[in-house]
Amino acid sequence: MSSIPTPIVEEPVETTGHDSRIRLVLSRFLRRPLAIAGLVIVLLLFAFAYIGPHFYKWRYDQIDFEAFLQHPSATHWVGTTQNGFDMLALTMRGMQKSLIIGLIGAVLSTAIAAIAGATAGYFSGWTDRSIVALIDLILVLPGFLIIAILSPVFHGRTWLIFVVLLAAFQWMITARVIRSMTLSMKEREFVYAARFMGVPDWKIIFRHILPNMSSFLIIDATINVSSLILAEVGLSFFGFGVQPPDISLGTLIGDHWEAAQTANGYQFYFPAILLVILVLSVNLVGDGLRDALDPNAGSTSGKGSASR
Amino acid sequence: MPPLGIFFLRRVVYLAVVVLIATSANYFLAATALNPRSNFEGRNPAPPPEVVDAQLTSLNLNDKTPVVQRFGHWASGVWHGNLGLTIDHESVNDEMRRRVGVSLRLLLIGSMLGSFCGIAAGAWSAVNQYEFSDHATTILSFVILSVPTVVLAVFLANAGSSFNDAIGHRLVYNTGEYTPGLEAWTSAAIINRLQHLVLPSLVLTLQGLAFYSRYQRNSMLDAMGSDYVRTAQAKGLRRPQALIHHALRTALIPMGTFFAYEFTLIFIGSIFVEKIFSWHGMGEWFVQSIQKNDVNATAAIGMFVAVLVLLAGFLSDVVTVILDPRIRRG
Amino acid sequence: MTQSQPLLEINGLSVTFPSEAGKVEAVRGVSYQVMPGEVLGIAGESGSGKSVSSLAVMGLLSRRARITGSVRFEGEELLGAGDKDLSKIRGGRIAMIFQDPLSALTPVITVGDQIAEAVRIHQNVSKQAAMDRVVELLNLAGIPNPQQRARAFPHEFSGGMRQRAMIAMAIANNPKLIIADEPTTALDVTIQAQILDLLQKAKEMTGAAIVMITHDLGVLAGFADRLAIMYAGKLVEVGEVDDVFYRTRMPYTMGLLGSIPRVDAVPGSPLTPIEGSPPSLTNLPPGCPFTPRCPMRVDICREKEPDLLRMNSSGDEHFSACHRSAEIEQKNLKGVDIFPASAAAHSLIEDLPREGRTPVLRITDLKKHFPMIKGAILQRRIGTIYAVDGIDLDIREGETLGLVGESGCGKTTTIMEILSLARPASGSIAVLGRDTAGMTPRDRFEIRREISVVFQDPMASIDPRMPISDILAEPMVTHGVPAEERANRIGQLMKMVGLRPEHNSRYPQEFSGGQRQRVCIARALALKPKLLVLDEPVSALDVSIRAGVLNLLEELKAELGLSYLFVAHDLSVVRHISDRVAVMYLGRIVETGDASRVFNHPAHPYTQALLSAVPLPDPGKERARRRIILKGDLPSPASPPSGCRFRTRCQKFADELNDQQRQMCMEVDPVLSDQGNPGSDHRAACHYAEGELN
Repeated sequence: MSSIPTPIVEEPVETTGHDSRIRLVLSRFLRRPLAIAGLVIVLLLFAFAYIGPHFYKWRYDQIDFEAFLQHPSATHWVGTTQNGFDMLALTMRGMQKSLIIGLIGAVLSTAIAAIAGATAGYFSGWTDRSIVALIDLILVLPGFLIIAILSPVFHGRTWLIFVVLLAAFQWMITARVIRSMTLSMKEREFVYAARFMGVPDWKIIFRHILPNMSSFLIIDATINVSSLILAEVGLSFFGFGVQPPDISLGTLIGDHWEAAQTANGYQFYFPAILLVILVLSVNLVGDGLRDALDPNAGSTSGKGSASR
Repeated sequence: MPPLGIFFLRRVVYLAVVVLIATSANYFLAATALNPRSNFEGRNPAPPPEVVDAQLTSLNLNDKTPVVQRFGHWASGVWHGNLGLTIDHESVNDEMRRRVGVSLRLLLIGSMLGSFCGIAAGAWSAVNQYEFSDHATTILSFVILSVPTVVLAVFLANAGSSFNDAIGHRLVYNTGEYTPGLEAWTSAAIINRLQHLVLPSLVLTLQGLAFYSRYQRNSMLDAMGSDYVRTAQAKGLRRPQALIHHALRTALIPMGTFFAYEFTLIFIGSIFVEKIFSWHGMGEWFVQSIQKNDVNATAAIGMFVAVLVLLAGFLSDVVTVILDPRIRRG
Repeated sequence: MTQSQPLLEINGLSVTFPSEAGKVEAVRGVSYQVMPGEVLGIAGESGSGKSVSSLAVMGLLSRRARITGSVRFEGEELLGAGDKDLSKIRGGRIAMIFQDPLSALTPVITVGDQIAEAVRIHQNVSKQAAMDRVVELLNLAGIPNPQQRARAFPHEFSGGMRQRAMIAMAIANNPKLIIADEPTTALDVTIQAQILDLLQKAKEMTGAAIVMITHDLGVLAGFADRLAIMYAGKLVEVGEVDDVFYRTRMPYTMGLLGSIPRVDAVPGSPLTPIEGSPPSLTNLPPGCPFTPRCPMRVDICREKEPDLLRMNSSGDEHFSACHRSAEIEQKNLKGVDIFPASAAAHSLIEDLPREGRTPVLRITDLKKHFPMIKGAILQRRIGTIYAVDGIDLDIREGETLGLVGESGCGKTTTIMEILSLARPASGSIAVLGRDTAGMTPRDRFEIRREISVVFQDPMASIDPRMPISDILAEPMVTHGVPAEERANRIGQLMKMVGLRPEHNSRYPQEFSGGQRQRVCIARALALKPKLLVLDEPVSALDVSIRAGVLNLLEELKAELGLSYLFVAHDLSVVRHISDRVAVMYLGRIVETGDASRVFNHPAHPYTQALLSAVPLPDPGKERARRRIILKGDLPSPASPPSGCRFRTRCQKFADELNDQQRQMCMEVDPVLSDQGNPGSDHRAACHYAEGELN
C-alpha cells in the first residue's frame, strides 16, 4: 500500500477571488468616462422625476388660470401649456412613468426570454420546436401593430397591462440568443458532470446554466430599458399606450409636437430633449456594462429597438 | 429539383402557412378589440339601434354577429381578392392601392441609401479602429439610435424650415408628398417631389446608417481578427487586400439576416414619418383605422404587413445564400 | 553539413504585450539560427513563447505587440520592414503552416482559389496556369480527386485533408523556409503520421529548411536535426537532437523527458513528475524562471537568470541555460538522479486473479445509432450514424481498462451511454451486476453513487461561478449527505488529491490546470464510487503536469480499490496506466486483452499501425523504425465499409493479401476471437491476425 501523496506546494495562480471579480468589473466600468457619465445622468434623472416634484411648487395636475401658454419664466421655469399646466411638473411626472415602464418591462422581458430560451435549448425535442415556432409567429406581426390594435382594451385601465404587452413583444430575439447559448452550454462538460451526478434538470438550468449567462442577461436587460422607453414613446404618441389621465413622455410629445415649429416650441423640446438624454445615458451605461462584463464581446447578434 | 430549389420551396410553403395564421389572428384581435358601434353611438342625435345594426352588418362589422362568422365572411372575400369596405363605405382595395404607392416611394430611397451607407461606414470604421473617423461614426450612430423616430422627424422638419428661412428660399418641404397643381412627369414636378422627399428620406437614411454601421463594424472586427486573415497575410497578401478579399466578404454575411429585421423597423418608423410629414401612406392609414375603429381596414393592413415581413424574411434568405457560398452546396 | 550562411538568424528577440494585469513578456531575448535545409524543432509548453517568436519572424503579431531585437532572413533585416516588403517574402520565400486548418482557411472561398491566390501573388501567371499548379500541388499533397477537391470549401475537408491543403499552399512557391506551428496537434495519431510523412516529402521536394514548433517531443525526435527547448520566453537548451535527448544538461529538459509516458516503456515504471506549473509571464521574479520547480536549485538560481552556455564535451553546438550545467556534465547526471522517483502503487486486489474478482461493469453487444436529420421545423431522417455498433466490455474490481481509438471511433458515445445508464437500443449494460434496462429512475439515482466521471477539460468541467467547497459538495448534497459529514469529507477529499483544505473557499480560476483536474477527481470520489470513467483526463494539461495527475490516479486506485474506464487517444498514456486495453475502430472493438500483451504483440493491423504511428521521444529508435502509414481518412460512420470495416485503410489488405483473401475481407465481417488460442484473454477481430497471440 502506498502512502497518501504529499501536498502540492505550489501557490494558486492569482490571488483574486470572487469579490475581486466584482471589483474587476467595477474597475473596468469606471475606466470609461462615458459610461460613468451615463450612470450619473440616469441617477440624476431618477432624482429629477421622483424627488423633483417635492421641491417644485407646481403640481402636474394644477392649472394656473393666470398663465396659459406662458413662456419659461421665473414662476413657471419651463412655461405652461395651452391649458395652464406647468411644463416642468408635467415632464417630471411623465418621466416617472417612462422610467418605471422601462424598468419593469425590461426585467420582465429578460426574465421571459431567459426562461423560454433556456427551456427550449435545454429540453430540445417538442418543447424546443414549439417555443421556436411560437417565437417565429410572434415575430411576424410587429408588436407595435398588435399593441396599437389592443389599445382600446386597456382604455381606462391600469397602465400595467401596457407594460406587460410591451414586454410580451420584446423578449423573442433575446430568447433566441439564449436558446443557442443554452444549446452550446448544454454540451459543456460541467453540465454533463451535473447530470451524471443526478442533479435534477431544473436545478441545472437555474443553478448552472442561467447564472453563467448573467453577463449577457444584465446587458440585455439594460438595453431593453431603452428599447422599451422608445417603444412606449412611440405608442403613447398616437394614444395607443399610456392613456389619459396618466402622463408619460410619449403623451407629452404627442400632445405638443405641432407646437415645435412655433414660438411655443419649448413644450415639445423640453420633454423631447430630456427623453433623448435619458435613452442616450441608458445606452451608455449598457455599453459600459458590456465592456466591463465581457470585454471580448463583439457580437453581431443583437437587437435594435422595437420602435423608434 | 436541385436542393436549392427544394430549400426555397419549403421556405415559401412555410411562409404561406405563417401568413395565414398571422392574418387570421390579426383579424380576430381587431374584431374583438375595436368597437365600431361606438362610432355611431357617439353621434348626436344618436341613430336608432336598428339603423346602426343595419349599417354595421352591411360593413361586416356587427358585433352581434359571432366573430367566427364575420371572419368567414371576410376571409372568403379576401380569397376572391376583395378586402371589404372601410368604415366610410369605401373600398379597402382602392384605398390600399393609393396608399401603398405613397409609402413605397417614401421608404425605398431612404432605406436603401441607409443600408449601403451604413455598411460602408461600418466597414470603414472597423478598418480605422480607434481613429477619429471611427469615433465620429460610432458616436453619431449611438446618438441617432437613442432618438425616437418621432423626435428625429420633428427635429428634421424644423431644421428644414429653418434652413429654408436661412437661405430665403423654399428648397425643402416638410409637408406632403408633392405640391398640388403641377403637371405630372414634368421635370418641375419631379424636382418638386424630390424636394418633398429629402427630409423624410433623411430620417430613414440616418436611422439605417446608424443601425447597419454598428453591426457591420462588429462583424468586420471579428473577421479582421480571425486566423484566416492571418493566413492570407502569411501567403503574401498585403493587409488592405487581405481585409477586402477575405475579411469583408465574410463579414458581410450576417448582414443578410439583419435585412429582414431592419425592414420591420423601417415600416414601423414610416408610421411616424408619415404623420409628421403629412404623407398619406399606409402608416397614416393604420393609425387612423384604429382611431376610427375600422376593423376591415385594420385587418387588411395587418395582412399586408405580415406578407411584407415574410417577404423580407425570404429576401433575407436569398441575400444570405448569395453572400454565403457554403449554403449553396448544402 | 557544409558551412554556409545561416538562412534565418535571430538575435535578442523580445516580444512584450500589454494586458490588464500588466506587461506580458512573451519572448525574452531569444537568439537562434536556422541553416539551409535543416529541420529545427522548437519545443515548449504553453507560455513558453514558441509560437509568438515565430509569428514575430513573419511580422504577423498584433499591432499592440512591442518587438525588439533582430531577425535576418538571407541577410535581410525583417523587423521593422514595411508591409510591402514583408508581403513579398511571406508565402514566397518563407511559408507558414498553422495549427488549426479549419480556422486558418477562409470559410467562404474555395480551397483551390485560396491556393491559387498564393501562387499568383508571387508568380506572374495566368489564372488557368495557377489552377493547374493548384491541382498539381494537391496531388503532390496526397489529396485524391484534386480537380474536384479544388472547388470545395474548407469545411468539406476532413482535418487531415485540410492540413494537406495548407501544406500544398505553403510549398506552392518553393519557399526556402517553412515554419510549421503545431501542425499536427489537432490531428489523430495516424493522421499525424501521414502529415509528418508529407512534410518530410515537402522538404525533400523543395530543399526548404523547416522550423517545427510543437509541445510533443516525440514528434521532434524523429523529425528534427536540431532542437531548441523554450521555457518562460527563453531558450533553455539548444543542440543536436541526439545531444538534447541523450545528453541533456538542463533540469527542465530532463524532467520533461522523464515525465512523458512512453509506449515502449517497461510496465509498472512510474513517471517522474515535475512539481508546480509553468510561471505566468507578467511580473516574472528575478533569476531562473524554472527555480520553483527545479530539484537542483541553489541560491544563485533565485538571483540571476543563467545565460545559454556552450557545453564542452558533447558536440560543439550544444548549449544549456543552467547555473549547474557544468556540474551535470561533469558527473553525467541523468533525469533519474535528479528527480525523485516515486514507488509504484500497488493494491492487494491486483494479486487476485482476474476471474475471481467482482465485475464492476459489463457491456454486451452495445449498439447506439443516431439518425441523421435534416430540417429545422419539419424534420426528415436521411440516414443513420452507426456510432457504436456492437461492443463488449468487461471491467473487474481494481482494474483499469484503457479504451483507445481515434476521433470518430465511438468511444465518447460509448461512455455517454454508460454514464446515462439508459436502457440501450440494443445490447445491455450492467453496472455492479445490475442491468440498466430494468432500472427505475430511483434505481438509477442510487447507482449514480457508484459510478462517476472525470472529463477532459478541467476548466469546462467545473462551474466557474462556484467555490471549490460547493463544487465538491454538490454530489453529496444531491444524494442527501448531511451537512456535517459533508464538511469533513470535503477536507478529506482535498487532502487525498494533494490540495490544501484551507483553499476550499477559492474559485476555480485561481488554480492551475493540473490542480483543477485534481478538483474534478476529488469531486468524482466524493461518494466513494466503485468505478471511475475518465475521458481523456490529461490531454488538456501541459506535458509536465500530466505525470503528476497520472501518478495520483494510480495511487488512488491502489488505495481505494477503484476501477477505471480510461478513454484516451494517446497510446503512451494508456500504456502506462492500463491493465487491460480495448482498441476501437468505427464503432467496433478490433482488439482487446492484457495491456502488455496487446502493446508488445499487437495482432490486429490497426493496432499495429497505431503503435507504429506513436512518436517515441527517442531519436535512435525513431530513426530505426519502420513506420506503417495508413491510407486515407476514416470512413464515415454513416456508411461503414462492407465486410471488415478497416479494409479500406488496412496495410495488410493493400500490401500482403492475395485476391482470394481480400474477397474474405470485403464480404465477411470479422468477430473478436481468440484466434485459435482457447482460454486466452487476448482477442482480435481480423481474418488474418498476426501470429503469436500468447
